[in-house]
Amino acid sequence: MKSYIEPEFIVERDQDKCIRCKVCVNQCTYDTHYYDSEDDIVCSHDENCVNCHRCVVFCPTRAINIKRNPTQYTENQNWSREVITAVKNQAETGGIILTGMGCDKPYYTYWDRILLNASQVTNPSIDPLREPMEIRTFLGCKPDKLDLELESNDLVLMTKLAPQLRVETPILFSALSYGAVSFNVHQALARAATEYGTFMNTGEGGLDRRLYKYGDHVIVQVASGRFGVSPDYLNVGAAIEIKIGQGAKPGIGGHLPGEKVTEDISRTRMIPTGTDALSPAPQHDIYSIEDLRQLIYALKEETDYTKPVSVKIAAVHNSAAIASGMVRAGADIIALDGVRGATGAAPRIIRDNVGVPIELALASVDQRLREEGIRNKASILVAGGIKNSGDVVKAIALGADAVYIGTAALVAMGCTVCQKCHTGKCPWGIATPDPWISKRVNPDIATRRLVNLLSGWSHEIKEMMGGMGINAIESLRGNRLMLRGVGLTETELKVLGIKMAGD
Amino acid sequence: MNTITTLNNPYGEDKVIDACGLFGMMDLTGRRFGSKAPVKAISNMHERGNGLGGGFAVYGLYPQHKDDYAFHIMYLNRESKERADRLLAQSFDVLHAEEMPVNLAANVWNPPMIWRYFLQPKNIAENQSHDEYVVRNVMRINTDTCGAFVFSSGKNMGVFKGVGFPEDIAEYFCLGEYEGYLWVCHGRFPTNTPGWWGGAHPFNILDWTVVHNGELSSYGINRRYLEMYGYNCTMQTDTEVMAYALDLLMRKQKLPMEVVARIMAPPLWIEIDNMEPKEKHLCTMLRQCYSSLLMNGPFTIIAAHNGEMIGLTDRIKLRPLTAGIKGSMLYLSSEEASIHLVSPHLDKVWSPRGGEPVIGRLKTLKTVEVLTPGVRK
Amino acid sequence: MDDQKESSHIKVKNGVATINAMNMHYRNLNSLIKAHNNPVKEIHVRKVYGQRYIGTGLKGSMELHLYGTPGNDLAAFMDGPTVYVHGNAQDGVGNTMNSGKVVVYGHSGDITGYSMRGGKIFVRDDVGYRTGIHMKEYQDVKPTLVIGGSARDFLGEYMAGGIILVLGLNLPPGQRHESKFVGTGMHGGVIYTCADMAHLGKEVAVIPVDENDVHVIQGLVKEFCGYFNFDFDEAMKRKFVKIAPVSHRPYGRLYA
Repeated sequence: MKSYIEPEFIVERDQDKCIRCKVCVNQCTYDTHYYDSEDDIVCSHDENCVNCHRCVVFCPTRAINIKRNPTQYTENQNWSREVITAVKNQAETGGIILTGMGCDKPYYTYWDRILLNASQVTNPSIDPLREPMEIRTFLGCKPDKLDLELESNDLVLMTKLAPQLRVETPILFSALSYGAVSFNVHQALARAATEYGTFMNTGEGGLDRRLYKYGDHVIVQVASGRFGVSPDYLNVGAAIEIKIGQGAKPGIGGHLPGEKVTEDISRTRMIPTGTDALSPAPQHDIYSIEDLRQLIYALKEETDYTKPVSVKIAAVHNSAAIASGMVRAGADIIALDGVRGATGAAPRIIRDNVGVPIELALASVDQRLREEGIRNKASILVAGGIKNSGDVVKAIALGADAVYIGTAALVAMGCTVCQKCHTGKCPWGIATPDPWISKRVNPDIATRRLVNLLSGWSHEIKEMMGGMGINAIESLRGNRLMLRGVGLTETELKVLGIKMAGD
Repeated sequence: MNTITTLNNPYGEDKVIDACGLFGMMDLTGRRFGSKAPVKAISNMHERGNGLGGGFAVYGLYPQHKDDYAFHIMYLNRESKERADRLLAQSFDVLHAEEMPVNLAANVWNPPMIWRYFLQPKNIAENQSHDEYVVRNVMRINTDTCGAFVFSSGKNMGVFKGVGFPEDIAEYFCLGEYEGYLWVCHGRFPTNTPGWWGGAHPFNILDWTVVHNGELSSYGINRRYLEMYGYNCTMQTDTEVMAYALDLLMRKQKLPMEVVARIMAPPLWIEIDNMEPKEKHLCTMLRQCYSSLLMNGPFTIIAAHNGEMIGLTDRIKLRPLTAGIKGSMLYLSSEEASIHLVSPHLDKVWSPRGGEPVIGRLKTLKTVEVLTPGVRK
Repeated sequence: MDDQKESSHIKVKNGVATINAMNMHYRNLNSLIKAHNNPVKEIHVRKVYGQRYIGTGLKGSMELHLYGTPGNDLAAFMDGPTVYVHGNAQDGVGNTMNSGKVVVYGHSGDITGYSMRGGKIFVRDDVGYRTGIHMKEYQDVKPTLVIGGSARDFLGEYMAGGIILVLGLNLPPGQRHESKFVGTGMHGGVIYTCADMAHLGKEVAVIPVDENDVHVIQGLVKEFCGYFNFDFDEAMKRKFVKIAPVSHRPYGRLYA
């Protein structure tokens, strides 16, 4: 049937500037640009353009501009362009509309309504460039007290600490599955994590053997599809993460479209090429909280209790109670993924409507664990749209031990958040398994970019801490007196556990 | 405990901020001495206070009652005394009760009624801790009586404090008539609680007293961590959090002060990374497990309990502290001049390093310079 | 403060004034000293116990001898006179001092020489934390700080000019100064030392001294030994090095 859907974007090419180098034609993976040799002119199929800016950035003469299609439906707050197009799409296909990346709707981002304190007079601020400023963090289960005994005039430590992850900065790379992203991306994440002293997370697609050598800086994930979960895999990482859900699509399983299941993916995930790699919605051996405990200890037994076990959930309505259960089930780390968490592919309706903002979930989980006296038993990691170091500082002040960044890491490597990851055609070489196109991510350069990002954010974190008169991150963690809200209702302030600015 | 919180923090600020002068003096043989020298020393640091708070803690104060819990209670109104007396009678054998002898001519501001009691717990189970019992009852009185505030509750020691310069507070409470082997003194410069006597330092829990100078930038998390262990931080002051931290770590968890100092004022990672393996392991574990009790921001504290006086500053020494020794006397002071004033020919005078405690123990002197071998003359 | 009271605390004889500062508030003491600044060339103050700001706002060239323990901010903003402390000093000695001299027969506390712009400070024993922060110089106006013993952490933080000399005379041979973050943020000036420092700021490095340095060091050591009766030759037997900034703009690449 004829499609009634109009192009979202229009390609504008300045023909005076265009030198017919055809870089745009070669770079575009969506067949948007083509060269008409007869007329010696480069033209575009506007309807294919996804606004990824690959051509814009690489055009040597900056001749290309991508614009929103100026032809708009009549203004309507309820029936927006997105909504109308979705209905027409479903009328034409009868299917679920897929998308990539994280929720883009104008729901409140609470980070932007929270402000930080600084020291004035009663307490000196500290200069991180010249005085010590410590952001080293340990993730894992901590005891409530240490037992020391006196043995022949010497104090001996009797307590044995559960395994910990040591991070030199409270920023880790979030789960990005191999398949959703290319091998070069996984490699860059592993190398950058190793170089900076933090960790990357394999996501649910397993770990390519070529990256086993970075194992000490890898958190291996065990998701419902159990892709790539071999004994070697479990033992090579520094920690294991059980994925119950993720912020982009709480309650449903992972989704890797068949287009992205290539030979390498097939080998690592142990599924046939070209088939859709679907992860089941639940982990089929976890139907209740005691089952979670069972899986956690199965993994601990497999690894001889040498690695922390993390459990990742999407932030949903009863996160506090669920987290409490998870801690009591033996999780060493709780990972919370908020509604803005990103993904390689998810139904758009779920991405945008299911889940809660991470700020609120974090605040209630941290508070609940303290009320129950079990906050020491697990570290809290948060994810879901963390976009700058200000968000990181605010997250830690609310109670997180560290944050996971996903989208930010991809943007650092070139991603422009065009939300078309599910097509597998990412022209930046990031969200594609195509061996030719994924070469566009140069692992050396990508590693550099990621390390730069971590470095820039870490310096900024230190500046903000110093401004508050704090020189060790343990004094920021959970210190909600350092936060104030603006433009928030009383209930929001109450849930966040912070006061209003000026109060 | 709304009354206490509203009184101490009338503007509902995150916490109470004040500036201070500290002095401590202890005879390590346990010989008791009078108030003249401590009062002279603390009043010499006049500039550090503003007359709106002064206080003293005296140890070895009540030798005739040395096994009884000595409660000092201030009453804001008659009704609260009636309620408090009822609660006391329920939980304790009241061996002696009297209005605190005071000198009304002293220059102090609006003193409340203050009584003194000597008590023994009653109706207490065999294996129940007397100390825990007392702490719970103190918290009960402070919460449920709407106006009674127990500001001292240890054995053979007592706190005297109020609104006035330290020398005037000393005169008010007739401190000239008492003797003790350990005196801790404090002069305060509060910013938001001018009228209330309970707001002065020292802060007390059982026989622990803490006087404090500085401000904790980590207060927000120190408090939340202690609340997890059942401590109700109603005064909303740094001193309160310090005292509860010491109570939790030293009384309940039985950790020695040398370890507690490394929890509250830990060495830097660059120092830990270069330590010997055993030391490194201990310091790393302490930072991992007790991270929420790291006291960040400038502080000097003088803490005392029966038999021990402890001086400690923050890990990068943002507040002053000088220690001095003459024979069996140990001195701790915010400013060195005060020590010389009361003891002109000291054997040794020095400034401890940031994060390293000076601990005076009855019958021994222990000066802990754990991380750095070079000791002053 | 009337004349009668004043005369009971101060005696003047042969151009030398003696003050008994016992129980005297610092305002009275300082105004008394200032009042006698010009007429008298030497003032001796006895029984000093913590009075602050002694020497602040004093100009001229008189000699001030203090017996006891002067309080915080001794010689703060001072411009010219020489102060001798026969005892220990507290925090803030020479705070933003413009010119003049302070000689301490003992130790001094934290924040010694903060923002010094000229003049000299000699301390016989140790100094505390944050000594010599942001000392400055211009052409030949160079503040100098000579320490007979050791300094604590953050020595010379943000230093922009001037000279610090650490002699370590009370250190056992071969032992280092337990000072960390020495010269952190330093971008001018120089620190001379003969024993190693435990830890240096990232902006500085240890380099050998040249002829000019040796000349400067000798002059200062001579002056130091003169005040405190140390043997010059013994002191000069030590090998000196200098700690200096390696870049003018150490944070140039830090900003995007």
